[in-house]
This record gives sequence, structure tokens and C-alpha cells, in this order.
Amino acid sequence: MAGYVVRRVLGMVLLLFLLTLTVFVLFSLMPADPARLTCGKACSPAIIENNRHRLELDIPPIEQYQRFVAGIFVGRTYLKDTARPLECEAPCLGYSFLRNQEVLAMITKAAPVTFWLAIGGFVTWMVIGLVFGVVAALKRGRWQDRTVMGIALVGYSLPSFFIGLVLFFFVVLIWHLLPIPQWTSGMPFANPGKFFQTMLLPWITIATLNAAFYMRLTRNQVLEVFGEDYVRTARAKGLPERIVVVKHALRAGLTPIVTAAGLDLAYLLGGAIITENIFNLPGLGSLAIGSVLASDLPLITGITLVAAALIIVANLVVDLLYAVVDPRVRVG
Amino acid sequence: MINMERAEGRAERSPDREFLSIENLGVTFNTEDGVVRAIDGVSLSLERGKTLAVVGESGSGKSVTAQAIMGLVKSQGGHVTGEIWLDGQELNRLAADEVQALRGSEMAMIFQDPMSSLHPFYRVGDQIVEAILAHRKIGKTAARKETLEMLKHVGIPAAERRIDAYPHQLSGGMRQRVMIGMALINSPQLLIADEPTTALDVTVQAQILDLISTLKQEFGTTVILITHDLGIVADVADQVAVMYGGRLVEVGQTSVIYDQPEMPYTLGLLSSIPRMDRELPKRLDPIRGNPPSPINLPPGCVFQPRCNYSDRVRDGACLSVRPELLPTAPDHLVRCHLPAEERRQISEEVRRILAGAVR
Repeated sequence: MAGYVVRRVLGMVLLLFLLTLTVFVLFSLMPADPARLTCGKACSPAIIENNRHRLELDIPPIEQYQRFVAGIFVGRTYLKDTARPLECEAPCLGYSFLRNQEVLAMITKAAPVTFWLAIGGFVTWMVIGLVFGVVAALKRGRWQDRTVMGIALVGYSLPSFFIGLVLFFFVVLIWHLLPIPQWTSGMPFANPGKFFQTMLLPWITIATLNAAFYMRLTRNQVLEVFGEDYVRTARAKGLPERIVVVKHALRAGLTPIVTAAGLDLAYLLGGAIITENIFNLPGLGSLAIGSVLASDLPLITGITLVAAALIIVANLVVDLLYAVVDPRVRVG
Repeated sequence: MINMERAEGRAERSPDREFLSIENLGVTFNTEDGVVRAIDGVSLSLERGKTLAVVGESGSGKSVTAQAIMGLVKSQGGHVTGEIWLDGQELNRLAADEVQALRGSEMAMIFQDPMSSLHPFYRVGDQIVEAILAHRKIGKTAARKETLEMLKHVGIPAAERRIDAYPHQLSGGMRQRVMIGMALINSPQLLIADEPTTALDVTVQAQILDLISTLKQEFGTTVILITHDLGIVADVADQVAVMYGGRLVEVGQTSVIYDQPEMPYTLGLLSSIPRMDRELPKRLDPIRGNPPSPINLPPGCVFQPRCNYSDRVRDGACLSVRPELLPTAPDHLVRCHLPAEERRQISEEVRRILAGAVR
């Protein structure tokens, strides 16, 4: 087990390194010229060249990459040869000259919004998906099963931009059941009531599609496990049906689901672009959209890096968890 | 004390029945393709302490018969008719929780594939302890001690270590030993072994069968051995029941089934056993064709499409009339339209061909 953990962690470090390289290459090759974007229409070539130097874009790409990686570990200083140098402390993910802010500072400001959005949505869809999926499996072919599968089909067919807009339109604008969502700093602890009013619809929006997906996944998993020989063995031992279902069938059937869920959560933590935009939540998704629209390269790079790192780490956590739950994975 | 209670209960219920008595057992499943009649009119009885072998091809209904006795068919959506008397108690009439209380204590089952029959997430020792605690109120430590004893008993080397192994860390033979230990841990009166050796290496097969025989003697357990291999039955079973298409087609003492089989299907099974001690006259003689689909059974005799002798029956009764399971000799039942004389003659011929190969 220890060897397995060490190998997986080393693999993850290598992967993160490759990630920085990929992200850097990807965005260095973008057609937009960041230096050109720093000033408006009345811009002379001299000013552009000057800005190019200030942004450190006039040095060879290899060196740019070195400074980028060095910034993450030891920090870096922009505008060294000017009167007002910019100190960016480690871990420095870059500096957005468009917004005159450090990338990391913007990300850490947006991250809590996305975090609470993702966690709330995740809990909602997992509870709904697992409960309804298990009920459907236990009542296979009966009306409960058909109802759940019908709901799943509808949920499946509702894209989040549609359900988000419909909810917002009716619940907020027409029926005035909820105030217009407004994220304020200090949420959720400063103002829990307002927090829930703001987040309820975004959570539903995010949970709908995933809940539908997890209902079907859970149902199929559980049904498959019910056909397994070891479930029959558990019955043959004379165990009560409740223990057969919970300890033998669900334990084995839900394990792969929970691990799949871990990855979905990590993906969501990288920013829920559509939902955040519909409900005006200043999370990572909104930040990402803003950065792309403005061609804010350092910010795009930073967000991509964080989102991808989240997924890599989640992948590792999920695999390690799986090894804890399923003894067959603990090899060598 | 428990045994005394059992004895009293038995006396009250039905003293004149055999230990195990199955009467007109039928199992149907509702599927999308229609009602599947997996078993039809199976009646059997078995004395305490004896071994019955149920023999037949895949799909002949032998496993379903076993699972019906264990009360495992209903949880799979099957419908059971008829009566199953075990030790003076009719099981099909009992409530689900009453049958559950008997499963694993009065009657236990070993399955075909030990690879998939043990839960992959739990240690083998814990799985046996669970079986103990499901039926008896004893402490965990005591249960574990008993489990360790049982693992030693079923021939697992280094049982002190293996008790904490996960199933995937054991070989197929070891896992089947664990399954046997788990089945016998509560000293059941009836043990059903559903193809216990099919998934194992040939060398291990003999060991497992020996183990079952030994333990049966020791515990006085009544055994139903389900197999498609008539070759392994001879040394183990007292009685043989041959099944085909969800029906019994021939029932008798083991020696009778081997020496004077009368049903053409039984003859076919005997002809298709590979024998190492004989030089075969020609190639192995398999039964032609395939087992019938339980959804669409042939009219008349279900074995007729594969039978070599159906043209010897007058009026083509094999094609239109379902034959009855009738006694041909004391304790020997056969389901066949052929006249008894003719059956014995055919049996003679076939056995002469088989025996002709003996050097």
C-alpha cells in the first residue's frame, strides 16, 4: 500500500510538471498579442514594443517558461528595470496587467464562490441520485422505477443554460419567490439566510443534469451487483434482507459511483461557467469567461492550471480512496 | 437443548414424511418473452444422511430446483408451486423471514464458482463469522475461534493467516474450501452443492469431492449434489435423479442408474463420459442437438427431438403426448414412451458397445 501511494504521488508530480508545460505552450501559441492589447487604438509601435519589454515577452520562450515555473516556487519580480518594480510572491501564477492584479489573488477571491456552489450542487445531486437510483433498483419494473427513470430522462434532457434561465425567469423575475442572486463577500457565514437564497437556484441548476445521470448510474450499478454470486451467497447464509442489500450489495455497487463522483466534483470546482454566469456569481467560471473575452493571457493560464491541478489531485485522492475500500486494488 | 426443541417440533409436524420430500415442485419466471417454466412437476424424496445427485445439462432446471429448496428463487422474481418438506416442515408455505432463519442453519448451499461467490471486499474469516452470528447469539471472539477451527477442518493450510485473507488472495480450491466451511459452520442438516467442482482444476475437483464426502460422514449431513458430470457421481451418491427440460426423466439408486439405465437421455449422458480406463470404440458419443428452450418446449416428450429411438414408439406418441414418470422397477422411475422391454434391450446394446471397449 505504501509503495502504491509513493508511486502515485510521484506520478502526480510529474503530471503537474507536464501540465505547466502544456498550459504554457498552449497559451504562448495563441494568436492574440498581449503587448498589443495593453493599449488602445492610438498606439504607436514604440509603445507596444515598450510594453512588450515590460511584460517580459521579448525574451526567448524557454526563458519565459523558466520564469513562469520559478514564479510558482520562489516568486518573481515584474518590471525590474523600472522605477516601480512589481513583486509577485511565491506561489506566483502570474500578473494580470489588464486588471493590475496578481492572478493568484483573483483566483483565491473567486474560489470560495465556486467552492460553495460546487459543494452544494454536489451534495444535492448525490443525495437525490443515490436515493432515487437505489429505490429504482430495489423496485425494478414497478411504478417507482418507471417514475424515477422518467424523471431521469427529463433531467437528462435539460441543459443547464436552459434550466438555469427558466428557473431564474420564473422564480425570481415573475413570481418573486427569491431575491435576485447577489454574492457578497463574507458569505456563507456572514449572512447564511441570504447565502441560501442566492445559492438555491444555482444548486438546482447544477444538480439537475448530474442527479439524472447518477440516478441511472446508481440503478444500473445496484442491479448489476444484485445479480452477483456473492449477493446470492449472502442470502444463502440466511442474512436478513436489509443486511444483504446494504452491507453486501450496496457496498460493492456504490463504490465505483462514489469514486466517479469525486472526479465530477473536482471538475466542477474548476468553475461552473454557465451557472455562474446566469446567476451572476463571481466564481472561477465567471473569471475564466472574463479572462478569455479580454484575452487576459496570464489569468487564463492561471485558471487553467488551477482547474487542471484540482482534477489531477482529485484523481489521486479518488484512487487512494478506492484502494482503501476495495482490497483488490491494493496490489504491490 | 436446541436439538430437543427441534425433535419435538418435528414430531408435531409430520412424522411420516422423509427427511426431505419435494412434491410436485414447479418454478416459473415472468420474463419479457413470456412465462418461463423452469421446473415442472418435480417430486423427490431423500432419507436423512443420504446423498442425492441431480444430473443434467445446463438449463435442465437442476440449479433452480436447488435454489427453490433454499428459498432463493423468490428474490429473483420466480414463482414457486408445490411443496418442499424439510424435516417435517413445509418451506414453500413459510414466511420469507422464517425461511431466512432456516437458510444457513438448517440448510446450506455451496455454489459453482468460488471466484465470484465470496464477497471481494470482506476477509474470508469475517464472512464466515457473519454466517455464525446470523443464526447464533455468541460473541465475536468465540465465532472467530470457531471459524478458525472450521478453516483448519476443511483443510486450509496456515489457517491462522488465511482467516484474514481476502478472497482474491486465495486459489480457487482454497476458496471452495472456504465456501464449504462457511456452509457447514452452523451444522446444517441439508447441504446443497451446486456444481461445486465445475470451476476448478481437475486435480482439485477430486480433493473437493473427497472433502464433501468426508464432512458428510462426520456431520451426518444430507447432501444434494448437483452436477452435469455423471462421471463424478458414482462414488459419492446413493441416489441419482436425472433432469431434462425442467423435468425429472429418470430416478433411481446410483447402481441402478449406472448398470440398468433405461431413459435414452441417461444412456446419452453415460456414453459421453470420457473414460481413461477404456479404449473408445470410436470418438466420444455426444448427445446430438441442444437442450430445449424453457420458453418454447417441444410438444410431446421434451427429449424427443434429440432422441435416437423415438421412431420405435408406435403412433408417434413421442411427438404429441407428454410421457409420465412411471416406476419400471422398485425405486426406479423412468419417463419414456418406449415399452419397458424395448428400453432394456436398448440399454443392453448401448452398454455392450461401451463395455466392448474394455480390454
